[in-house]
Amino acid sequence: MIDLLWSIFDISLVLLVLFLAWATCSTQDMMRAVTLFIALGLILAIIWARLKAPDLALAEAVIGAGISGALLLSAIKDYPSTTTEMPSRRSSLVEWIINGMTLGLVIIMSWAVWHGLYMSDGVRLSEQVMSHLPVSGVSNPVTAVLLNFRAYDTLLELAVVLTAVLTVLNLNHKRADVSAASALLLGMTRWLVPLLVVTSGYLLWVGAHAPGGAFQAGAMLAAAMILLQLSNPSSLQGFNLSVLRSLLVIGIFVFVLVGIWMMSLNQDFLAFNPAWAGSLILIIEFAATLSIATALTLAYLGGRPMGWESANPADSATKPNGKPS
Amino acid sequence: MISQQLLFSLAGIGLFGIGLRATLLHQMLLARLLALNVGGAGVCLIFIAVAYGGIEQMVDPVPHALVLTGIVVAVSATAMALALGRRLQELDDE
Repeated sequence: MIDLLWSIFDISLVLLVLFLAWATCSTQDMMRAVTLFIALGLILAIIWARLKAPDLALAEAVIGAGISGALLLSAIKDYPSTTTEMPSRRSSLVEWIINGMTLGLVIIMSWAVWHGLYMSDGVRLSEQVMSHLPVSGVSNPVTAVLLNFRAYDTLLELAVVLTAVLTVLNLNHKRADVSAASALLLGMTRWLVPLLVVTSGYLLWVGAHAPGGAFQAGAMLAAAMILLQLSNPSSLQGFNLSVLRSLLVIGIFVFVLVGIWMMSLNQDFLAFNPAWAGSLILIIEFAATLSIATALTLAYLGGRPMGWESANPADSATKPNGKPS
Repeated sequence: MISQQLLFSLAGIGLFGIGLRATLLHQMLLARLLALNVGGAGVCLIFIAVAYGGIEQMVDPVPHALVLTGIVVAVSATAMALALGRRLQELDDE
């Protein structure tokens, strides 16, 4: 009976997520599409929790539904005229070719998943992770993979995020501020932002042995900053530009520094000594949290804040000269 | 009972198909970006469904770590694409 109920729950989740995806992709009204996309993110967060991936559920709820949603909603007004001017669909021949190719790809992928799940007896990496978990310095296997076993990937991922944000900063000025919020939102923000900051710190700390970690904590901190920016546009102007720049790169800086330090102790790059691994991971995660939070906040702003160039006038001449919008 | 791995993998493939088709068909940049994100979510779903071994078995943490970085990279890439699009719009207006 319980099994049957769970099956009904699973099938409802799958149908809901497919319907939301279809609705997101087929509507012409961008406001509606973004709203449906946020709903899709929340349903995905439930699916992650159902598939025993609580780390992902946390990240998806904050990033997929929260930060992406805010980013896309504020981007809608940057693309005002495209809906009416252009035909939104391609000719029917092209449409048929695209349909056929997508269908073919879906069939091949279904076969591959079927084969992978039922036909082959491949090596699963989970046994290797579990057998090495005691020397990783943490007891949450996902954090162990992210910051110890595959720390190189995470370092490069921070570099990818930094590159994306540098592109955003060099292309545009920050979007025009929204008008000041109502007293109700201001009052709520006053309570919510400290709560988000504390939650972020908790997620960072708890990531060593339970779901959480640098990404979730950074995203939570960024959400607090975005909320602050939305309710009171002048609140982020207090950040000094050089401080902002330092925060942006501190994650990679500390990560590389720890890696080189480990090399100097006759080990490999980023091969942590098991005795210190826990502390090293916490130091790296702390720095990475600050960088991720800064990066996501700046990415949300959609460009460099006012006065970014005035700190270094020689650079601004070579950059594309975007008009403040 | 239906295997949850298979069910959620097929849902992921469906999401990927819907997203890919719409990415190619739409001509508005914002609609394409949304569709691309839907397709990406489908890929994540396949990963996590395969990593899930059932109620009593351990999950595989490696795909979880990959998808976690994937979510963060996806939002950064979306922000970058939106900034590129906004810059294009400005250049068109000039």
